[in-house]
Amino acid sequence: MSGTLGPVVIVGAGLAGLRAATALRGLGYTGSLTIVGDEPDPPYDRPPLSKEVLTGRLPAAATDLPLPAGLDARLVLGRAAVRLDRAARTVLLDDGTPLRYGGLVVATGASAAPWPGPGAPPERGVHLLRGRRDAVALREALLGGGPVLVAGGGFLGCEVASAARSMGLPVTLVDPAGSPLEAAVGPAAGSFMAAVQTDAGVDLRMGATVAELPDRRGSALLSDGTRVAARTVVLALGARPNTAWLRGSGLGLDPGTGALLCDDRGRALDHRGSPVPGIVALGDAAAPPHPFPGPGAPAHLALGHWSEAVDHAAAAAAALLGGAPPPEPAVPSFWSDQFGLRIRSVGVPRAADLAEVLEHDLTNRRLEVVYRRGGRTVGALTVGRTSRLAAHRQRIVRERAGQEVRTDSGITVGRMP
Amino acid sequence: MRIHVDRAVCDNNGRCVFAAPDVFSFDDDEELVYDPAPPREAAGAVTRAAADCPLRAITVEGARE
Ligand SMILES: Cc1cc2nc3c(=O)[nH]c(=O)nc-3n(C[C@H](O)[C@H](O)[C@H](O)COP(=O)(O)OP(=O)(O)OC[C@H]3O[C@@H](n4cnc5c(N)ncnc54)[C@H](O)[C@@H]3O)c2cc1C
Repeated sequence: MSGTLGPVVIVGAGLAGLRAATALRGLGYTGSLTIVGDEPDPPYDRPPLSKEVLTGRLPAAATDLPLPAGLDARLVLGRAAVRLDRAARTVLLDDGTPLRYGGLVVATGASAAPWPGPGAPPERGVHLLRGRRDAVALREALLGGGPVLVAGGGFLGCEVASAARSMGLPVTLVDPAGSPLEAAVGPAAGSFMAAVQTDAGVDLRMGATVAELPDRRGSALLSDGTRVAARTVVLALGARPNTAWLRGSGLGLDPGTGALLCDDRGRALDHRGSPVPGIVALGDAAAPPHPFPGPGAPAHLALGHWSEAVDHAAAAAAALLGGAPPPEPAVPSFWSDQFGLRIRSVGVPRAADLAEVLEHDLTNRRLEVVYRRGGRTVGALTVGRTSRLAAHRQRIVRERAGQEVRTDSGITVGRMP
Repeated sequence: MRIHVDRAVCDNNGRCVFAAPDVFSFDDDEELVYDPAPPREAAGAVTRAAADCPLRAITVEGARE
């Protein structure tokens, strides 16, 4: 492919930006390549932050992402893109520098959702966890002792709870759903994880939210009227795509999440839904088409998984260079390590209308759940059964291609909400 | 072509099995098993598996496609 496109500007120096750069070079792009990142740190990997870095098993510096040999990219760090001018094909940086592009990659990721109120969070004691510096600060706080209050029982909140428990700190986890992880993986897997967490000593407060942050005496108020002692509060309330800098550019942003809408090749869509030449998006900032489209499913879905940034890089680079689309769409996958368990998933469990539990063994801490919608497999989740995952993934691929639809069998334990 | 998996780093993520199922798999005890000297035809899949590993536990030598 050509080296005639150019220059290429990648905004966002995280996993997605780096993978896009690597893929562009891999496809033979030899032109100018600039990667802009607003963090002062060189690219690093986030998954270890809520796991090994919090528990101290890895120093924060060990999360650096290696820059592949021959990348030949100019890294502009500590500078944010503040505006996109599509007519002039320039990205404006916060120091006033305009960067001209022939090809633009939007890889600005997401930020942790802030405290929604009431009131502003105090200067100390309330933590978000998205970046490396957040992880270092939170580790410091945890070393100072508990109790710890985690708001939000998604994967991030549960990993923080796990890290804090492994350090011997008292932990309370609060989430509006009926069980931890339920919003992502349904009540059957959620109740399994609730049992695991209770066993690990987490004080679970489900069906509730944090109504007020701790007062001077360190007592937080929950929406159910109870109070919880907390020296450190961690807000794990979800992620918001970093796309404010694209407002006013005419690109299509998801009205709900703000993620940049793109097609199956990563090409950014304009507000009318047409692909925009010369602009691609991937990673946490992007909302590609739903992997399992159908009635009731949103047209686009930003999953926020590590694998999304990696699996879409080749397609996005090819689209920018005018190459062929990928032969088959990627199957999302996800992992989380918490409470000594390996949670692994493929597909999109939350897209299911039915969860079929194939194994549920709390004694040996094993779980295997298959997720279906309209009889088709759309996801699978295992705990301690990674060996089963590849077969489920194969089934997802086959059934998506319409080659085979299995009818339901086995024990059905719960409808998906 | 030679493959090495750093077992101290591997976290049973499973992505290598998705990328190169003929080379990587899990046994019934959840142990990763792999062919340390796969055939040349597997080079593409093996290179992808190494790049796909979130732990960067896989090293490949001599993968010329
Ligand atoms: C603590 C934590 C643990 C995680 N654990 C897992 C896990 O176990 N499994 C899993 O599958 N996923 C996990 N994830 C999700 C995974 O890390 C993300 O999906 C991945 O980081 C997405 O990569 P990205 O490059 O799109 O975004 P990011 O990693 O967020 O990188 C985007 C970069 O762009 C920068 N940026 C933003 N706006 C601008 C701007 N205007 N100008 C310039 N630069 C900008 C950001 O500061 C950032 O450096 C975890 C995430 C976190 C935070």
